[in-house]
Amino acid sequence: MHRKTGFSGRGAALTRRHFVQATAAIGLTLGGLPKAAFASDAEEKQLNFYNWDTYIGETTLADFEEATGIAVKMDLFAENDELFAKLREGNPGYDVIVPTSNWVARMAAADMLAPIDHGRIPNIRHLDQRLMEDDAFDPGHKFSLPYMWGTIGIGYRKSKFPEPPSSLKWLYDSGKYSGRISLMSECDFLLGMALKYLGYSLNSTDSAQIAQAEALLIKQKPHIKSFAEDNGQDLLASGEVDLALEWSGDIAQLMAEDDDIGYVLPSEGGAMWQDTLAIPKGAPHPQNAHAFINFIHEPRVNADITRLVRYATPNQAALAQMDAAYMQNPAIFPPAALLAKSEMILYQGEQAISARQEACTRIFAA
Amino acid sequence: MESWRKSPRAWALSMLAPGMWLALFFLAPLSLLWLISFGVKTGITSIDIDWTLANYARAAQPLYLAIFLKSLWIAAATTTICLIIALPVALVISFAPQQLRAWLLLLMILPFWTNLLIRTYALIAVLRGSGHVNSVLGWLWQLPDGLLAMIGLGGHHLMGAQFTPLEILYTDGAVVIGLIYVHLPFMVLPLYAALNSMDRSLIEASLDLGAGHVRTFFFIVIPLALPGIISGVILTFIPALGSYLTPDLLGGPGSQMIANVIERQFKAANDWPFGAALSFLLMYAAFFGLALRGLADRRAAQPGGAW
Repeated sequence: MHRKTGFSGRGAALTRRHFVQATAAIGLTLGGLPKAAFASDAEEKQLNFYNWDTYIGETTLADFEEATGIAVKMDLFAENDELFAKLREGNPGYDVIVPTSNWVARMAAADMLAPIDHGRIPNIRHLDQRLMEDDAFDPGHKFSLPYMWGTIGIGYRKSKFPEPPSSLKWLYDSGKYSGRISLMSECDFLLGMALKYLGYSLNSTDSAQIAQAEALLIKQKPHIKSFAEDNGQDLLASGEVDLALEWSGDIAQLMAEDDDIGYVLPSEGGAMWQDTLAIPKGAPHPQNAHAFINFIHEPRVNADITRLVRYATPNQAALAQMDAAYMQNPAIFPPAALLAKSEMILYQGEQAISARQEACTRIFAA
Repeated sequence: MESWRKSPRAWALSMLAPGMWLALFFLAPLSLLWLISFGVKTGITSIDIDWTLANYARAAQPLYLAIFLKSLWIAAATTTICLIIALPVALVISFAPQQLRAWLLLLMILPFWTNLLIRTYALIAVLRGSGHVNSVLGWLWQLPDGLLAMIGLGGHHLMGAQFTPLEILYTDGAVVIGLIYVHLPFMVLPLYAALNSMDRSLIEASLDLGAGHVRTFFFIVIPLALPGIISGVILTFIPALGSYLTPDLLGGPGSQMIANVIERQFKAANDWPFGAALSFLLMYAAFFGLALRGLADRRAAQPGGAW
């Protein structure tokens, strides 16, 4: 999907996500499927981790092996629906996966996840209580623990705007920046942010409100350059657009390369998400999985990961080790007042997803 | 043609491997998908096959028919332009000296050595506003402007005040360009095969008997190359109709093709029955094209056939 894009520089439009797809397609598949382990009394010293690309510390896996003797084999996925599709017909042998909050709910509803034993994760005490309480997608964090969190907001080219374009109006309801706008093709957020602009909930399932959002988008469509497939940051970087609705992390990484890029959470509020650590049902090494999740929330380990991936970590003890540049980055930690207006993206059932998807098909076809 | 009747056992044996392959990797998954297209989603991952036609009824709604039509239109435009470009290319290759011919054919298939995704990304870099096409155009634009400046007319902006980059990327046009680029070899190769096996003396006879080059091309070369043209059209049209990566990456906000809708049913929407129904409609359209080809072959095989 998003965020974990690496070298999205001006020249290279190839995000890591697409690079992974490309290499996989050529045949250099990254590891292939892990073999499902044969059950034995004592768990063998192995763990199969299914993660996003560039979403773990450089030495985290080696450090874990050194500390515990458990060898980690990591496979990569590029989108939540890819993860979902892979586990749909049964777990092919993964022990720890990294689904985004709304997909945790969908996977839990589909009975794909095994409960996490909080007693075996003592480092849970380092996690931000406020985030732990924002658990509508997984009440009591039965199936998932937060890994990183972030927002969806507006990335923009600073030199084109005297004032930060802080309203969704400029993306959804104005011809002022005609042809200079990219929105996300991901339907939940494309429609969700339109709903937000109209003053409704990001997660609305009301058909009249969704119809209104659909009409708004069809009206705005002539001004939109692209419904970007996870490459809004590339369009922004190459100057194809000046405004992009995007994942905070994608913009944060671009800001590190280009001083002229800014990020605001819209005044109407944005979308929030959490990436989580979860154990899929039928995991061959559940004990190792718990040990691994606990290890990731070891403050020193977590700080190492956070320094590399540059997302907001829920781990308070790790935060204390981060430098000022990270702590004060508005793309990582937007102002609290705007966060308060933002909503966590939720799973509202298959019917709701179906309705939104059909609305999007109509928007794309209009 | 009838030789298999003479040694049926050897024939059956030789068909065993491809037959198994076909059954295992083509017929079995396709039958499964065909069943699913008559199913109904009962849970997040569960599908009941209850022989409903609801998925097909939904696919026949104006919304989806319009997307089908748009895909047909884009595939048809791609195929037509491919044919127009490929005919002269194939002619040149087939009339080239023997040693050169192999190299020219190699050049034709050279792009296949690179993955489609990489080639499409390369096209993005070529077509974008600050891309290579626009920098060349901008450079060409500056040339006459510089000349005008030299003869003292520089201040009048006869060429317009500023070069405006062409908006090519993120339009339907970019999708057609991308599809032509990808599918051109599929048109050139069958055309080349047909032209290469053509009896050259017929062309000479036509020219000797007073027909011009143009007339010879349209009345001798094209009819003789017709089997190759039909193969090329099918090989181009069918994959172009089902393409989804190219519209995804090069298309604009309205460039969605039917395969993009199908992809979303299998992924984000998680509605396999509907996705399967859409896939089968697409496949029936492809079968229809193949049936047309069969018909043309039969006509060509008749002694007094029209071609």
